[in-house]
Amino acid sequence: MPASAIADGLRRVGAGTRRVFARLGFAARFTVAVLAHSPDGLRRIRLTLREIYFSGVLSLVIILVSGLFVGMVLALQGYDVLQRYGASESLGVLVALSLVRELGPVVAGLLFASRAGSAITAEIGLMKATDQLSAMEMMAVDPLARVVAPRFWGGVISMPLLAALFSTLGIYGAYLVGVKLIGIDAGAFWGNMQSAVDFREDVVNGIIKSVVFGLIVSLIAVFEGYDAAPTAEGVSGATTRTVVGSSLTILAADFVLTVFMFRGVGVG
Amino acid sequence: MNRSTIDLWVGIFVALGLGAILFLSLKVGNLLTSNSRGGYHIEAAFSNIGGLKLRAPVKAAGVVVGRVESIRLDPTTYEAVVSLTVSPEYTFTKDTIASILTSGLLGEVYVGLDVGGDTQMLADGGRIGKTQSAVVLEKLISQFMFERASSGSAK
Amino acid sequence: MPTPPAGRTPAAFDRRRTTAVELDNVTFGYDRTRLVLSGITMSIPRGRVVAIMGGSGCGKTTILRLIGGQLRPREGRVVVAGRSVPDLDRDGLYALRREVGMLFQFGALFTDMTVFENIAFPLREHTDLSEEMIRDLVLMKLNAVGLRGAASLVPSSLSGGMARRVALARAIALDPMLAMYDEPFAGLDPISLGIVGQLIRKLNDALGITSVIVTHDVYESLKIVDYLYFVSEGRIVAQGTPAEVRASTDPFVRQFVDGEADGPVPFHVKALPLEEEFALHAG
Repeated sequence: MPASAIADGLRRVGAGTRRVFARLGFAARFTVAVLAHSPDGLRRIRLTLREIYFSGVLSLVIILVSGLFVGMVLALQGYDVLQRYGASESLGVLVALSLVRELGPVVAGLLFASRAGSAITAEIGLMKATDQLSAMEMMAVDPLARVVAPRFWGGVISMPLLAALFSTLGIYGAYLVGVKLIGIDAGAFWGNMQSAVDFREDVVNGIIKSVVFGLIVSLIAVFEGYDAAPTAEGVSGATTRTVVGSSLTILAADFVLTVFMFRGVGVG
Repeated sequence: MNRSTIDLWVGIFVALGLGAILFLSLKVGNLLTSNSRGGYHIEAAFSNIGGLKLRAPVKAAGVVVGRVESIRLDPTTYEAVVSLTVSPEYTFTKDTIASILTSGLLGEVYVGLDVGGDTQMLADGGRIGKTQSAVVLEKLISQFMFERASSGSAK
Repeated sequence: MPTPPAGRTPAAFDRRRTTAVELDNVTFGYDRTRLVLSGITMSIPRGRVVAIMGGSGCGKTTILRLIGGQLRPREGRVVVAGRSVPDLDRDGLYALRREVGMLFQFGALFTDMTVFENIAFPLREHTDLSEEMIRDLVLMKLNAVGLRGAASLVPSSLSGGMARRVALARAIALDPMLAMYDEPFAGLDPISLGIVGQLIRKLNDALGITSVIVTHDVYESLKIVDYLYFVSEGRIVAQGTPAEVRASTDPFVRQFVDGEADGPVPFHVKALPLEEEFALHAG
């Protein structure tokens, strides 16, 4: 019965599409609701500070250590290639541009998603599963303003700072390897970097990227937590979806942003 | 977790993060000396700009004094008109020569300014009269070969 | 949301009203085909402790969520303190909820706060009281449930019975006019169970509140409540005072009170007849 099989398949596609759109619609309404409740939540700045502690301060170690090692490896590998062309003085340029434009925001974003994003989702999901959100609602306190908005803004504020720290530590790591270990002239290292890295084109664009990634991770994390099925499986599934979903979204958004930001520079 | 402990850590974290942004802006991004906003514009026309790109440095005596702001082709003369942004603290004489140079064999292409002896200075929107175009390696080689060939046949 | 006044306005709530909660022919279902509740009518007088009894999954908790305005009925009226709950807007609903304390199944204490902060939470959110006032109030509530010494503990270090008592203290933190208890006895040892039961009764009488208990623990309920409703498959199948229930000959009530396996609530889930399932007449 191929006709009925095709109809069956089509029906499944249709149902899947409808589910995807229903979820997207819910996500969009959720986003609007979170933003609408943000002034209410931000007024109690202490709640947001607390979330900056949980998503920012507690991510510091992994971000700093990763940044340092990424920078050191980048310097070793970059030196290997550059010295073949007699351009080892450009090591600072290579490392700084890679970190400030791409690796800083992207790798910090991926680490942030798996360290802080998953924790936010698990926390909100567990609060939902144990009726804490319902209890709050019954106490006439809106969980969007009290629970979701502070976590969202805590993440949005933490992420650019973490990305900048990642890049800084990376450049410091490259300095250690390039200048202290290999013996490139420190003046050439910093000087070439400074003349090649532009504040507006490179640094500001990198910061814009990290802000966008912070919005993406925080939004996906609070949404998945709020939308999680109120069971143990539901929460663990939502946590996985946060990490996978925000990682893929970061990479896709990075490509789009790069196309728009660096089209005229270096390429054309 | 104690409130004041959280406050302290958040304070440290935010200060560190802002410090990192400051470091990237000043030490790496060279915010203080790049001055991409402030500055006056001068133009120079070249018959060939070679590999010159937007935002390439403008150097006088090897010091970066500005950036290439725009590059366009003059539809009547078919010359490349390059607009340069120069930091306001530097002024150049009217008979300055602008040339397109390459730092090293494979290095970046930049605009070099050689100051002349004129008493009048270039103002905003002014135009450099004397220019030297980029040296195109292929042309140089073919010219060299041609000369060798012609001198060889003359003998 | 405008900041609410700390005290109750007479227009918002009239304590002299004799009926605290009224459900009139309420029907509810999450989708069109399956109804969770149908034709529920109950009237809960002020100052009483009323139990809603029934097996697991019969829609008891749904009734509480309808009263609290977390769900809207498909049909029928839900009136709490003279206000029609489904017709309230967000602000009206939140104003009503400040009058209603609820104890959730398993407590639903905020796991990231201490016991003290859990009880202070509604006070901090809804009043502008000074820190000393809040401290005194919280310790008074904790004293009422016998846990003043546990103020600085975190919920994860409490036993089930203690956590339930903390949740009870939180539910009455704002001196509500209506307290709702969702399975307050579930998972408690006999001593804790007795303590929680007695607390519900005592707090009800001392504070002049109205209490609605949703439970399947008929033995404990009969000791403390004034009236019982029995719910099965989304309908009220029996009701009465504890004395009436004890004397009842209604088969459902008897099955429930005596804990028999089979009766009006069948032991077997609806299935094919045995003969058919095992093909006894096959061939």
